[in-house]
Amino acid sequence: MADTITLQVARYRPESDSAPRMQEYVVPLRADWAVLDGLNYVKDRLDGSLSFRWSCRMGICGSCGMTVNGEPALTCGTFLVDYAPGPVRVEPLGNFPVIRDLVIEIDDFLRKLPKVKPWLVREDEHPFADVEFLQTPAELEAYRQYSMCINCMLCYAACPVYAIEPDFLGPAAIALAQRYNLDSRDQGAHQRLDVLATAEGVWACTYVGECTSACPKGVDPAGAIQRYKLTAATQTLRSLLLPRGAR
Amino acid sequence: MSKLASESTTSEPGRAGRYRAPASRMWWLRRRSYVLFVLRELSSLFVAWFVVYLLLLISAVRGGSDSYREFLALSGQPWMLALNLVALAFVLLHAITWFNLAPQAIVVQIGGRRLPAPVVAAAHFAAWAVLSAIIAWILVGAR
Amino acid sequence: MTKRSSSEAAAWLLFSAGGMASALMVPMLLLLLGVVFPAGLLVPPEHADLLALLDNPLVRGVLLVLCVLSLLHWAHRFRYTLFDGLQLTRLRTPINLLCYAAAAAGSAWAAIILLG
Repeated sequence: MADTITLQVARYRPESDSAPRMQEYVVPLRADWAVLDGLNYVKDRLDGSLSFRWSCRMGICGSCGMTVNGEPALTCGTFLVDYAPGPVRVEPLGNFPVIRDLVIEIDDFLRKLPKVKPWLVREDEHPFADVEFLQTPAELEAYRQYSMCINCMLCYAACPVYAIEPDFLGPAAIALAQRYNLDSRDQGAHQRLDVLATAEGVWACTYVGECTSACPKGVDPAGAIQRYKLTAATQTLRSLLLPRGAR
Repeated sequence: MSKLASESTTSEPGRAGRYRAPASRMWWLRRRSYVLFVLRELSSLFVAWFVVYLLLLISAVRGGSDSYREFLALSGQPWMLALNLVALAFVLLHAITWFNLAPQAIVVQIGGRRLPAPVVAAAHFAAWAVLSAIIAWILVGAR
Repeated sequence: MTKRSSSEAAAWLLFSAGGMASALMVPMLLLLLGVVFPAGLLVPPEHADLLALLDNPLVRGVLLVLCVLSLLHWAHRFRYTLFDGLQLTRLRTPINLLCYAAAAAGSAWAAIILLG
């Protein structure tokens, strides 16, 4: 195994560049190094001006998503030896505006996320503070998979509909809505319906399935969306035909 | 991060603008999974073609045995056969992808446990086999 | 942005029904009627037999439902192919009209031929 590997990293300085350009760095090829370790080596020893986001180094914070050799990936979980002899192309995560180097602007997602009310919605008349909700293992299983989302947005980078239709709510937002819709403690499904059962919500999704392939946590957002389409369609038409009975 | 910087869409040098990669018309050629997806979507054209072909056939049948024979001759022409072979390939792609993806939208619970996706898919394929056999028996077998 | 779309809901349900119906029945029908019989791989049905088949109300009903649902399946899927594939979302309304008008026209033709 060679000692080193070349990283081709996208550089973009908004104050002086009109488009990103690639810059090469040679970093040590260590058996246990991820692409993120390579980037940190660059910043520590070779070029302190390189900007990128990272935090936990263990695939739970969702900060280090970038495009590695054309695929959206968490750089902390993508290992250099898998790309040997290289070079490895590291670019910012796709479908998002680039602020600088490998740092993207995620405002769009942060605006969309609260719209789906990703929290337990209760409609108790007299909400009380110290209450314990009991949940069986089967009830937990109903939504557990969708609760694994770490908001890394690799799914948005993989989704061709989001690339073309920036108003699309997107895979993670819909999967997170489903996480709460399917939670037995939640009572907000009909509130979320107004946001999800729209042309920019689930109906924009054409079930490409790339979001599920890209997801590092096995959330299967494509599956969540397809399931919800059936619910959204039947609920929408039911409320249309029986306005007083349904919600 | 100031409001101005985040709202700027320019990519001119000298202004603190966000870079937005241009959207390409050929996006779907970039990955094999995208190509398969687009082919799957285009299969709907051949489903519609089949409807047209079927209605033309039925018109010919209703028009008498001569027009039926003429239609058979027309559909036997090499170009028409080629078209229908291509259509058949696309319609098979539609069917296979449809039955494999259907379990995602259809959640069947038996006794509180969700039926695994391969079981739901297998049920669809089984239904397909049965229906196809019935159609074949009606058109070929029964005389 | 916060208005539920009943039209999209209905369009998707019809698309799904059409997708299922066409997936189940079109492959064998196309194989026999479009390839096997015209190519002479098997002896095509007699004209009289087909007429008798078409007289059966169940056959007519099934074929009509198949044609209508398949056309509605095409209309929904094809318009989204145009939106995403050719990036024509700005022409959403005319494309919707054209696709569903075509589906309606085909359905009317099917009804005339099968029920007339």
